[in-house]
Amino acid sequence: MSGIPHDHYEPKTGFEKWLHERLPIVGLVYDTIMIPTPKNLNWMWIWGIVLAAALVMQIITGIVLAMHYTPHVDLAFASVEHIMRDVNGGYMLRYIHANGASLFFLAVYIHIFRGLYYGSYKAPREVVWIIGMLIYLAMMATGFMGYVLPWGQMSFWGATVITGLFGAIPFVGETIQAWLLGGPAVDNATLNRFFSLHYLLPFVIAALVALHIWAFHTTGNGNPTGVEVRRGSKEEAEADTLPFWPYFVIKDLFALAVILLIFFAVVGFMPNFLGEPDNYIEANPLATPAHIVPEWYFLPFYAILRAFTADVWVVQFTSWITFGIVDAKFFGVIAMFGAIAVMALVPWLDTSSERSGRFRPMFKWWFLVLVIDFIVLMWVGSRPTEGIYPIIALIASAYWFGYFLVLLPVLGLIEKPSTNKPATIEDDFNAHYGKH
Amino acid sequence: MFKKLAITAVTALALSGTGVLANGSIHTESVDFSFEGPFGTFDQNQLQRGLQVYTEVCSACHGLKFVPIRTLGDEGGPNLPADQVRAYAKQFDIYDAEKDEDVPRKPSDFFPTSADPNAPDLSLMAKARKGYEGPYGTGLNQLFRGIGGPEHIVSILNGYTGEEKEEAGTTFYENHAFPGGWISMPPPLFGEDVEFAGGHSNELEHEAIDVAAFLMWTAEPKMMARQHTGFIAVILLTLLSVLLYLTNKKLWAPVKRKAKEAMNS
Repeated sequence: MSGIPHDHYEPKTGFEKWLHERLPIVGLVYDTIMIPTPKNLNWMWIWGIVLAAALVMQIITGIVLAMHYTPHVDLAFASVEHIMRDVNGGYMLRYIHANGASLFFLAVYIHIFRGLYYGSYKAPREVVWIIGMLIYLAMMATGFMGYVLPWGQMSFWGATVITGLFGAIPFVGETIQAWLLGGPAVDNATLNRFFSLHYLLPFVIAALVALHIWAFHTTGNGNPTGVEVRRGSKEEAEADTLPFWPYFVIKDLFALAVILLIFFAVVGFMPNFLGEPDNYIEANPLATPAHIVPEWYFLPFYAILRAFTADVWVVQFTSWITFGIVDAKFFGVIAMFGAIAVMALVPWLDTSSERSGRFRPMFKWWFLVLVIDFIVLMWVGSRPTEGIYPIIALIASAYWFGYFLVLLPVLGLIEKPSTNKPATIEDDFNAHYGKH
Repeated sequence: MFKKLAITAVTALALSGTGVLANGSIHTESVDFSFEGPFGTFDQNQLQRGLQVYTEVCSACHGLKFVPIRTLGDEGGPNLPADQVRAYAKQFDIYDAEKDEDVPRKPSDFFPTSADPNAPDLSLMAKARKGYEGPYGTGLNQLFRGIGGPEHIVSILNGYTGEEKEEAGTTFYENHAFPGGWISMPPPLFGEDVEFAGGHSNELEHEAIDVAAFLMWTAEPKMMARQHTGFIAVILLTLLSVLLYLTNKKLWAPVKRKAKEAMNS
């Protein structure tokens, strides 16, 4: 598939030849599994496998959970308790599924930040990046709707707050909100459609994952140096790469086993650590919880949503020039979706000709600040909007936008990339393993 | 066990080993429960005592509507003999639509719902509250102390100061463990509220700890099975990790050797 020269599948037996002429599926699998892979990939390149495993795990546990779950406002909470108490192994299924969402998001965030540091989004891999962002959006929608299904207090009030965001859109917002909810408020119709979509979207994600893999098998993998695999001859290419099977399959499986080890320790010994206690109280439309907090993986963007209040000058200015159409609430919604949009547009915002952050002396530090910024946003998103927290949230949100909209374009122009860069992947690999 | 609990409870009170929540006024006592940690187990006798406190005191207002009565006979739970479970079920009536009258419950029925509509159901209460959330709201201390649901229940039961106030026709009772400091539940336990068989201490602290342990069991009845499964998974995955590590090392050895040779030549 990729432009990297390598041996292709040759049907040997009579049956293989017969099948290959009719459906070259064995060849497709062979070329996918044997794809030449840069041999200098480091441990940050294992998260793709973790994500694929998490998707499969979520789909399998989810299908079984759906066999025992009842999407009805009067029965949903009790049916989850039925799963926890009476279904064979139901407590494991549910805790694996609930914590599996956390594993999924942890892996996707590391995977995204890996891409941001090593410039995985840069030409010719823009489409890989965009498909990845679509997967991330679909994951967020799936995660959000899945969290509503147990019909606890946070399920209900989280759904109310998040669908309320669409209500902030001028003129058509309330219509859209009612259309999403299937009525004027979060109710049985909402629960039913969320269940239906929560079952559908993972398969959309699976299809997008296939496109994601297809795209980067076409361009070839990135690697920590950002130097492309030499494609002049098969010998050159083979000096830079190793086939995915067995070298990277075994490496990735080792990493996956270690991560699953930690995952099962969490599921077995502290399955509720990442959850919100309030979701063990059945949904009650008449009692609002003191603090409505989303799951941890939404917190950074939730913080950005809440950061832009009516007393921030940017918000006041925007409101003024739009004759009040863009009020503080709508501004927050734009900021939240904008925070993801700027990330999706990074292939065109980053002007640097140097791909990998490893050879960008200034970028490195601003990137490190971005990682810290993300963690700060996550923390401040869980705090009440009082005292010093709104200021912290505003500064952290400003940095997020500043990084993508100002720093990345400007850095590419003023920064001098390091000259200490290997000419080939082979050189990088040899330098790394030759010194020991 | 009892001695350990007693000492812990007393120390907890004396040192007020506390977790302070966001508003700084809520105190969660630290209790050393038998079910804490990866290898913690429910103490069958403690669960039975807790069941007794629940039945004789709490159940006057609170229900356990998600808990099937038959599970009282489960291993890893209170583990009551079948005849005792049947006898226990009989004390609660349930409406039978066919006969159009109230009949005694069977073990396959659930515990009753709350008798007082304002009293929350207690089935999941031990998981529906957190006792610790520090430092700075990150919740990281839960990694070491647990989430603190049962500790919160103990703290509430022990946290009454005796002060009362009336607002809009409702009486509130001052309680240091309750968010806001005032709770509408009158003090349910005073000490010596129940007579335990075998002469186990029925002081307030011990009743509170026993009923909190029981409520942890009602909230998470499969905890021991889950920890067991988790432990086996961790062992097997450790083994798999080691094997894959060695396979990977051996697989890459010639590639890395070639790199070394290339550098030295």
